[in-house]
Amino acid sequence: MSFLADYIYYIGAFGLILIGLYIILVKHNLIKVIVGLGILDTGVNLFLISVGYITKGTAPIFSRPEINSEHMVDPVPQALVLTAIVIGVAVLALALSLAIRLYQHYGTLNLRKIKEQRW
Amino acid sequence: MRKIVSILLLIIVALGISLSLAKIPFGTPKTKVGRYYLDKGVEETGATNIVTSVVVNYRGFDTLGEVTVLFIAAIGLGTVLTATVGKRRIETTPASLVLYTGCRLLFPLILIFGTYIFIHGHLTPGGGFQGGAIIASGFLLIYLGCRERRISRVASNMAESLGGLTFVVIGLVGLVFGGYFLLNFLPKGIANALFSAGIIPIIYIAIGFKVGSELASIIDNLIEES
Repeated sequence: MSFLADYIYYIGAFGLILIGLYIILVKHNLIKVIVGLGILDTGVNLFLISVGYITKGTAPIFSRPEINSEHMVDPVPQALVLTAIVIGVAVLALALSLAIRLYQHYGTLNLRKIKEQRW
Repeated sequence: MRKIVSILLLIIVALGISLSLAKIPFGTPKTKVGRYYLDKGVEETGATNIVTSVVVNYRGFDTLGEVTVLFIAAIGLGTVLTATVGKRRIETTPASLVLYTGCRLLFPLILIFGTYIFIHGHLTPGGGFQGGAIIASGFLLIYLGCRERRISRVASNMAESLGGLTFVVIGLVGLVFGGYFLLNFLPKGIANALFSAGIIPIIYIAIGFKVGSELASIIDNLIEES
């Protein structure tokens, strides 16, 4: 079972990514599609963080000068994920606002029904 | 039919990803640049939080772009939502006294905590984005608890513009003094002191104001609509 213990974060991250992709591909409700987008986003963030992880690593912060930097995790993926989280929030908010406008215009959030209607 | 096709597609995606991932072992150091930042980061930037020194100093230009993306998203959301033709107001029942007083009591404490998070961004976990998100959560609490209270749009826009302007002006001053954008031109001071790391705390405070006011205006627009 050491394979599972070694790769559990990768498996979890890609589980989240695949679940998110499945929701986006299959569901017809726009809110559910946006939820899938959020899950996909979380999976990508978890994957980036787990790539930067070092076994038994600590946070890359020198809170005391004598701390050794040997076991610190990679700071670059953490900085990238910090960026990605903020962008993810912005994208989700924009998508929700578009969903609100679509609902006001069509009276439904079902993508099939929206496709059938004309402007 | 649609489900079968998408499951097949997902299986192909999963196979491709796992084949390429099998070559990346978990828990080992991978990038050389990360090692460099850990070894030289404190000495070169003065910030003890290496993530902060990467975000604000080594990749500061990247962060400016990121703040711009958030700004554009906030503007887009405002434009999409306020273009509504017939604006209807839903009558809300006023909150109970306990909820009202509790929200008003907690609000300044949340603001102080968010400010603490972004002022100490170069020393402890946290920074402008996190502190801004905490401040916006305080505004969300006020909007949910006391629905008739609103922040003024003018003050929010002022904080946002000042934050962005400070970031760009500091970058340009670095360009004038040292020859490249976002140069750390202030003295770095002693590591682990509050006034250290040159321009990093100033930029993070600016980002904190900008992100806080942007997220608060996003919340404001979304609540106004519902």
